[in-house]
Amino acid sequence: MSITYLEAIREAQAKLLRDDKRVFIYGQDVGGSFGGAFKATKGLAKEFPGRVLNTPISEDAMVGTAIGAALEGMRPIVEMQFADFSSIALNQILNNAGTHYWRTNVPIPITVRLPSGGTKGSGPFHSQSMESLYAHYPGLIVMTPATVEDAYTMLIDAVAIDDPVIYCEHKYLYYHLKADSLPNDRMPVGKARIARTGRDLTIVSYSAMLHESLSAAEEIAKEGFEIEVVDLRTVKPLDTAAVLASVARTGRLLAVGESFPWGGVTAEVIARVATEGFHLLDAAPARVNAKDTPIPYHPNLWSTHRPSSRVIAAKARKILRE
Amino acid sequence: MLLTRTFEEKLASMYRGGRITGGVYVGKGQEAISVACGIFLQKGDIFAPLIRDQAGRSAFGEPLVDVARTYLGSRTGPMRGRDGNIHRGSPRDGQLAMISHLGAMVSVVVGSLMAKRGRGEKNFIGLTAIGEGGMQTGATHEGMNIAAVEHVPLVVVATNNHYAYSTPNDREFACANLVDRARGYGFEGYELDGTDLAQCLDVIGTAVKRARAGRPPQLVVASILRLAGHGEHDDFSYVTDDIRKEPFAIDCLQRTEAFIKERELADAATLQRWREEAAEEVENAFSAAQKEPVPNGEEEDWCAISTRDLVDEIE
Repeated sequence: MSITYLEAIREAQAKLLRDDKRVFIYGQDVGGSFGGAFKATKGLAKEFPGRVLNTPISEDAMVGTAIGAALEGMRPIVEMQFADFSSIALNQILNNAGTHYWRTNVPIPITVRLPSGGTKGSGPFHSQSMESLYAHYPGLIVMTPATVEDAYTMLIDAVAIDDPVIYCEHKYLYYHLKADSLPNDRMPVGKARIARTGRDLTIVSYSAMLHESLSAAEEIAKEGFEIEVVDLRTVKPLDTAAVLASVARTGRLLAVGESFPWGGVTAEVIARVATEGFHLLDAAPARVNAKDTPIPYHPNLWSTHRPSSRVIAAKARKILRE
Repeated sequence: MLLTRTFEEKLASMYRGGRITGGVYVGKGQEAISVACGIFLQKGDIFAPLIRDQAGRSAFGEPLVDVARTYLGSRTGPMRGRDGNIHRGSPRDGQLAMISHLGAMVSVVVGSLMAKRGRGEKNFIGLTAIGEGGMQTGATHEGMNIAAVEHVPLVVVATNNHYAYSTPNDREFACANLVDRARGYGFEGYELDGTDLAQCLDVIGTAVKRARAGRPPQLVVASILRLAGHGEHDDFSYVTDDIRKEPFAIDCLQRTEAFIKERELADAATLQRWREEAAEEVENAFSAAQKEPVPNGEEEDWCAISTRDLVDEIE
């Protein structure tokens, strides 16, 4: 049997609905026989009547409703149809959910699922990676699973956490990524994973970019360099200790992310290594991000806009030469 | 109403004396509407007040000392100096802590009501306040629509005080009457004269009853003139002489006092005693809050999440 990243997300939600009466799913087209734009909730409405609910096209009210339900003890999962549309709900997520515990001492245990990242032909409004934006604001936990196993266990963890969690699931990985089975064990939330060991350069990445980074590392291995690849898993909290430990082994750092370049996760990784581990670096750190333009529609443009293993490998070679 | 007016007059005078940091927002002219919002609520109900709802908050059980604590930044108060003035709340008691972004609380109340229904609770309602200014936001639109879709027992009390900060109604909306929107959302809608306490109690009380009885969500649109600035920093010089002569510009508190005298419901001595009691209660609230410690940045627990082992540590 094999299970995809998308099926893992569905299975995690089925388990959550089965095990915890407080859980319900709220989003556009998630209910009925349709099961969501990507089928991440396929069959769940039938299996769990009244707990997988279609909403109007009202992202602000979807999250507001989830906040209110969470205040009354529920554990809502909000599915945004695309991460891009969560911009409509920014106010509820950042200003309401994100400030609530700090202001009132009462946390808001909601999980907002964001189908994130680029796929061919999706264009500027169905391709965005918003983890950097959410990580910037206080009061939120931001998850970016890169494997089928993490997609499953981290969604279960997200719902168990008492604070608001932004769960960025990558659409490109939905069908491309497969595992033999669902995991029984899980890594702790907030801890990075060494996805590939190496001694010459550390690439820090997450989500779909982990796989581009791993491909780049395989390519470079043919040239005699061993790259260590760190999968952040959650970008907030950011496992600085794991990143520093890796850079201590390799002396070189490349941060790779799919979100826009200004500020963001890659800038944060480099800032932390530069301030806390400057002495570990044998070369200037670097980063690869998407370009600083809206995300293009045509595949020829999109494949250049998005960081690819080719661009990551080129940047890695440059750092290795220094 | 009298307690709120007395409290807020004291608050405004402290603001002018430089004793309050940040803004002061009062409900002068809106006390009759607001008290009617709070007074019919019971334990188990949800109240999401807005910035001019001291009367409703008090009627639903908010201790006056908590208001004083919030304005003075007391570390003992519900907001512990982390948020001030009207953003306070006690979510575990059904008093939600509003954010400044108008309309955001409508859908939050909807969610709380859905959860209560899901748990099998009975006879609960939610009530949220909005103004004619806040009615023009996308969040209010989304919230009211989703309330009707989810068929929750919600009452939305919208006070048209005729100005969104300084902007008059003709630059706020172009429909003939805001209550017409009730039909568009699938609400039941009513209008009332917010200067008339009896009408406020009757119409809002009826809306609360209808919501409890399982009717569709209720919209009440009340008309008044805001008798103060948007906040105490605002001299409200933009309020025209003409509008001050409108019937909706009458002070609800004065009108209520006149009603009491006319019907001989209380004599002058009793009214005077009520005023003295209110003043004493206000003094007690402020003097208690003033004795309490204020926060200290060096000792503050700078942590925005409750899950301590997931705090992002930045050097």
